[in-house]
Amino acid sequence: MYQLLRKLAHWIDARAGVSATLWPMMRHPVPRSIDGPMGWWYVFGSASMTFLLIQILTGIGLSMVYVPAADQAYESLLYLDYQQPWGWFLRSLHYYAGSGMVVMLLVHMTQVFLQGSYKYPRELTWVVGVLLLACTMGMFFTGQILRWDTDAYWGLAVGASMAGRVPVLGPEIVHTLLGGDIIGASSLSRFFALHVFIIPGALLTFLGIHLWLVLRCGISAPPKPGEIVDPKTYDATYHEELKRGVPFFGDALLKDIFFSALAVTIVVVIAAVVGPKGPTEPPDPTLAGANPRPEWPFLWLFGLLSLSPPAIETFIMLVFPVLVLGALFFVPFVSNRGERAPSRRPAAVLLVIVIYTTLGVLTYEGVQAPWSPVMDAWSGDPVPVNLVEGRTPLELQGAAVFQFKNCRNCHALEGIGGRRGPDLTTIGASLTRDQLITQISNGTPGGGNMPAYGKQMSPAEMEATVAFLISLRPDGQLPAGAVEDAPVEGTTPQPVELTE
Amino acid sequence: MNAPLPSSGKQLCPGGKPPRRAFFRLLTGALGAAATGLLTLPMLGYFFGRRHRPAMWVPMGDLSDFPLNETRTINFDNPLRQPWDGMTSMTGVHVRYQGKNDAGDEQFLVLAANCAHLGCPVSWFPQSGLFMCPCHGGVYYENGERASGPPPRGLFHCVWRVKEGKLEIEAPHYPTLHDTLTESLES
Repeated sequence: MYQLLRKLAHWIDARAGVSATLWPMMRHPVPRSIDGPMGWWYVFGSASMTFLLIQILTGIGLSMVYVPAADQAYESLLYLDYQQPWGWFLRSLHYYAGSGMVVMLLVHMTQVFLQGSYKYPRELTWVVGVLLLACTMGMFFTGQILRWDTDAYWGLAVGASMAGRVPVLGPEIVHTLLGGDIIGASSLSRFFALHVFIIPGALLTFLGIHLWLVLRCGISAPPKPGEIVDPKTYDATYHEELKRGVPFFGDALLKDIFFSALAVTIVVVIAAVVGPKGPTEPPDPTLAGANPRPEWPFLWLFGLLSLSPPAIETFIMLVFPVLVLGALFFVPFVSNRGERAPSRRPAAVLLVIVIYTTLGVLTYEGVQAPWSPVMDAWSGDPVPVNLVEGRTPLELQGAAVFQFKNCRNCHALEGIGGRRGPDLTTIGASLTRDQLITQISNGTPGGGNMPAYGKQMSPAEMEATVAFLISLRPDGQLPAGAVEDAPVEGTTPQPVELTE
Repeated sequence: MNAPLPSSGKQLCPGGKPPRRAFFRLLTGALGAAATGLLTLPMLGYFFGRRHRPAMWVPMGDLSDFPLNETRTINFDNPLRQPWDGMTSMTGVHVRYQGKNDAGDEQFLVLAANCAHLGCPVSWFPQSGLFMCPCHGGVYYENGERASGPPPRGLFHCVWRVKEGKLEIEAPHYPTLHDTLTESLES
């Protein structure tokens, strides 16, 4: 039997030439030092590919149950979560392996950048790698839409509104993106095609090119300080180095396999422990309180967008992502020669630190999202008891008006409520009566972040609200603008008249 | 393209390219172009074409359902839907009855639910007379004008009419900043 199989294999190989072409590729030499401890820097690309393999397997599995139709997608997700054997695990793994793929891509890119591996002759490998990153981000965005819940619906709405800001062509682009006049079945089907056919097709094509380039240009040797990349001499030097090299398919590959296995184990454990993400509420656009959040790889952009002045928003939505992608493309063309070692490239190291710090801070802001009002704070978060204890009837009335006029949706008291505007727990110590009246009546000058409440409340309501706000100050502290020798001893909050 | 022609060997046609082969090349090029065009045009039409439909009117309710100067949120199934849209074709508008004008015609204000900033659904707060958006804190006054926050303009207005004692609106598509919902009025 064994002999028969061997003969069959030989018969096929003689015709297909597998061992004649693939075997030399697998055994291609890599620089000897990769066989040593430095080889651990080279495992992140293959880990990304391992995650991609998991994404393909789990994705095919999910596609056998998921229904990409707007009226049934949500139910099929619930079915996957609660009824299909191991459906919850596949959904969970698809999410966390996808996240792992993004993480590994970023680490891989960072390593290639820091060690100068993108320099001559590997510029094109870097450029194709950037395309792979773009495809992966595209998969993340489209994948979130397929999780057809209220977040997906409104996430798509926000995406469409951004695309709609393109000059002249905006409406046409939105129509093409949504596949019709409204967000609905055609939109979901489009994003299904993008997620399952179009972007994966592009991604696998670019991956093929990327791997071909890795084979053709060879794996870069670990950088040594003082070893300069010069396109005139590099090829000959590298060729010499390979003569002393070790085959890739051997011990060099062992580290890749070990690291990928470790990464997969971690992701499987996370997927099993944390469980699938969503779906949240059903995609009913009439449900109040939508508050879409982008997936984590986009939170930094969400944060940047929300913290920017409205005047440059359109620029950040439409031009900035193109600039970022363009900057990444241009990295090897800015400098494709010279030192590779990070110890000799302080600017590169600084750049990486600045970029990751910025991304980290913006992502934190994106998670916190203080710019989103809390839509039910006015009715759901009562005024803290210690802020109304011992107050005059007018101040108590003011506290009620403050709640009723939805001020809490943007203004917190003792940290509870919206955080779009400032927390007003001690506002009485910093704004005078006149300043408060002006602020409430006119809002932020020039149409900033606070609406003008002048016509939204009666003079009596204004009087009460201001009285309440003035009483909000730390015990024993004077109201803002009060004269130093005003009576403050034994203080409970002062009646408004005393502040005049 | 630059492959040597067989004419370098045995001269079939003295004095130049064989006319039959030159003609065949031309024919192949022309046929190829024709095939590409025939394939591409319908594909472009499929992917980017717009389905033209007559304006569809959605009943919002009897005129008596709308008290003077009060805002009502009306949810309805958008007829621009696909049959398999499910609940996603539900949408809402904010309707405010503003009384009669000098000519005695009923005046309504019908505002789309989508925030003019990035499309999130605004909610009506009658206590403060404001619309608020949950996403980035856009706020509008009761007449739909921008009050504060990032929106670049006021809320989108829907096209409405009164027919046989009922308020009807033109089925709204997803609005964008250029192409608002009132283009049929403007044209």
